[in-house]
Amino acid sequence: MHGVAGMSVQQIEGATVRPLPTTKIIARDVNVHYGEKHALKAVDVDIPDCSVTSFIGPSGCGKSTFLRCINRMNDTIASCRVTGKIEIDGRDIYDKTLDVVQLRARVGMVFQKPNPFPKSIYENVAYAPRLHGMSRSKAELDQIVEASLEKAGLWGEVKDRLGDSGTGLSGGQQQRLCIARAISVNPDVILMDEPCSALDPIATARIEQLIDSLRQHFCIVIVTHSMQQAARVSQRTAFFHLGTLVEEGPTTDIFTSPKDKRTQDYITGRFG
Amino acid sequence: MTQHTVSSFDEELKSLDDMVMTMARSVIRQHSDCSDLLASRDATLAGRIIDGDRAIDDLQVGIEEKAIQTIAKRQPLAIDLRTVIATLKIATDLERIGDLVKNNAKRMLASSAQSQLPPGAANLEMLNERVAEQLDRMLEAFEQRDDGLAKEVWMRDIEIDTLQTSLFRELLTYMMEDPRNIGYCTHLLFCARNLERIGDHATNIAEQVHYMVTGATMPIDRPKG
Ligand SMILES: Nc1ncnc2c1ncn2[C@@H]1O[C@H](COP(=O)(O)OP(=O)(O)O)[C@@H](O)[C@H]1O
Ligand SMILES: [Mg+2]
Repeated sequence: MHGVAGMSVQQIEGATVRPLPTTKIIARDVNVHYGEKHALKAVDVDIPDCSVTSFIGPSGCGKSTFLRCINRMNDTIASCRVTGKIEIDGRDIYDKTLDVVQLRARVGMVFQKPNPFPKSIYENVAYAPRLHGMSRSKAELDQIVEASLEKAGLWGEVKDRLGDSGTGLSGGQQQRLCIARAISVNPDVILMDEPCSALDPIATARIEQLIDSLRQHFCIVIVTHSMQQAARVSQRTAFFHLGTLVEEGPTTDIFTSPKDKRTQDYITGRFG
Repeated sequence: MTQHTVSSFDEELKSLDDMVMTMARSVIRQHSDCSDLLASRDATLAGRIIDGDRAIDDLQVGIEEKAIQTIAKRQPLAIDLRTVIATLKIATDLERIGDLVKNNAKRMLASSAQSQLPPGAANLEMLNERVAEQLDRMLEAFEQRDDGLAKEVWMRDIEIDTLQTSLFRELLTYMMEDPRNIGYCTHLLFCARNLERIGDHATNIAEQVHYMVTGATMPIDRPKG
């Protein structure tokens, strides 16, 4: 309905024709350069819908770079050049005719440091739906705000103080507010770049539980430095090393019997 | 293998490994002493074997504690996870082998009044030897992380099963021939059955070594007699 032209239709077709779980994102021969630096090398991967895929690997291996390719955030970096193909629901997201603003509504992103707008809790969530013209009335917008906060597991904690500033919440609550903000526009994909690394263990556990419940509705990709977190929240895991996707597979296989020695050395703490 | 960035993790895994090796060597020595009982019927030695099982039980408890601590502290993954889990299971099998050897020693002690070696003892000796060979192979497979040797243990368990079956028939024949043989032969029968079980535990351990090394499980069906 309010998606990139063509995408929603394809999604509807897909739902009736293709058996679950469907492949949501297809990347082929994706290369990224920052000036002379070859940061991402020939990445091929299929990412399934309605599941969590984690990206692991040492710092600087290209996880965030690849994540940013999926919503074309790299477009904002002047020195950055992306080649290859990325499709979401069969649609090439680097297609010249594609509206990048719409794409970013379809592909939400949550960052390491919770970054609520310096506005009220309500406004944080209402901002994007209003921008995308998703509601015709205040009541409808209220509805979207409540549903998003509910899905993000935050409604109960903030429903009596929606007018308070989002930045006044605790770190974990701020991160859930950012997740509510990301899902307010009803995206297909949610990208999370180390969403728990600034949080304490309890706030982390709540986010992990939230990720698990969101999984039924969204394709989620998460970058994490915690192997245990990847093992807990994701169904598939991809290991990156020096700009290469070394190994990708079911999370349980990666953490019990990885095929590549580099994967094994990294996840068992034998690197460097 | 490459060292862990945290060297104390390597030390913990090494000490778990050493504990399993110590336990396996004790079990093998117990079995070897117990095999000697067949000929010597030395009550002192039998007593020592029976008492010696305590130390093996203690080792198992120690391995379990250490493995649990390692899991809690390190949250091991991949080869490390497989090693810690396999180690736990191997210690359980070794402890069971220890119990079975102790039981055999008790049976030997109980029948030591018998003045002469009854028929069938020679075959039991052979069974003892086969089991000893399997235990040695199992130890080496673990120590060297040798999947080939682990598979050999797994494949050769059938030899013990076959020998046990034929010994069973033989002993039954002796018992029917002369009822005075029944008491002693019954002990031998149970000993043979225990040895067959020891073989099964050695096979379990071989399966754990295979899992540890390859991350795969052995096929369900193993050659059976
Ligand atoms: N904006 C940028 N300009 C230049 N180089 C960059 C930029 N962003 C990342 N890089 C480089 O690209 C490589 C991959 O970085 P990144 O994707 O952030 O890794 P990760 O998220 O796995 O830690 C690194 O060598 C990093 O220095
Ligand atoms: Mg990063």
